[in-house]
Amino acid sequence: MTIGLEHYLALSAVLFGIGLFGALSRRSALVILMCIEIMLNAANLALVGFARYTTAEALTGQAFAAFGIIVAAAEVTVGLAVIIALFRHYEHISVDKTNLLKW
Amino acid sequence: MTAEAIAFWVLAALAAASALGVVLTRNIVRMAASLVICFLAIAGLYATLAADFLAAAQVLIYVGAISVLIIMAVMLTREMERGNRPGRFTWPALAAAVLFTGTLVWASLNTDWPLTDAPAPEATVSGLGDLLFKGDSLVLVVEMSALLIIAAIIGAISIARDK
Repeated sequence: MTIGLEHYLALSAVLFGIGLFGALSRRSALVILMCIEIMLNAANLALVGFARYTTAEALTGQAFAAFGIIVAAAEVTVGLAVIIALFRHYEHISVDKTNLLKW
Repeated sequence: MTAEAIAFWVLAALAAASALGVVLTRNIVRMAASLVICFLAIAGLYATLAADFLAAAQVLIYVGAISVLIIMAVMLTREMERGNRPGRFTWPALAAAVLFTGTLVWASLNTDWPLTDAPAPEATVSGLGDLLFKGDSLVLVVEMSALLIIAAIIGAISIARDK
């Protein structure tokens, strides 16, 4: 059996689902951030798979995935800063006990 | 089975198992280690997709930088004592994730993708460089991403600073 686009898309969907389950079901903001990283990686994997199997020469999908990696790096920087600020304020980072924006 | 298929199945199993490890492990440091293994497996999958530059960038940025940031946040927030606790929505979250994954897998298997039989390029670095920097290219987007990184760094410093 040869490996095709479907295999990579299915793997990407499974990784995204695992990350989605973790992001929805855990309390710690740090764990949720890690699960979001898994989801971003799954999306990048789908982009690179499309780039390989639909336009092998054009490389635009790979450039898109590279920008995805850059945006993920920026996202994780700001996210961890928010988590550290949250810990300074509350001494915990549980998302279900954080209600600073709730009136 | 060809070597390509063996590489795909081994890396896919490793990625899925370590992603499950991130979600299900109790110990936060083990979760971070599992996340590093997941990033490495995805770098290997990029290599099987003939994306050599992205595989190297994945190792440098995710395995090198982002996991170090996450481990530093683990140390700074005392999450090691508390561990990975489930919230109140475990079963609805599981149902939503399974439903979403099933829909995505079904759609990706049943769509008629415009596939090409062209062979993968030998090396992608010069092609990507042309695409990003040469003439009528994505150079504006590259500059904008530099601006985004600077904004993120300044924002992170000003948010996390001890006032």
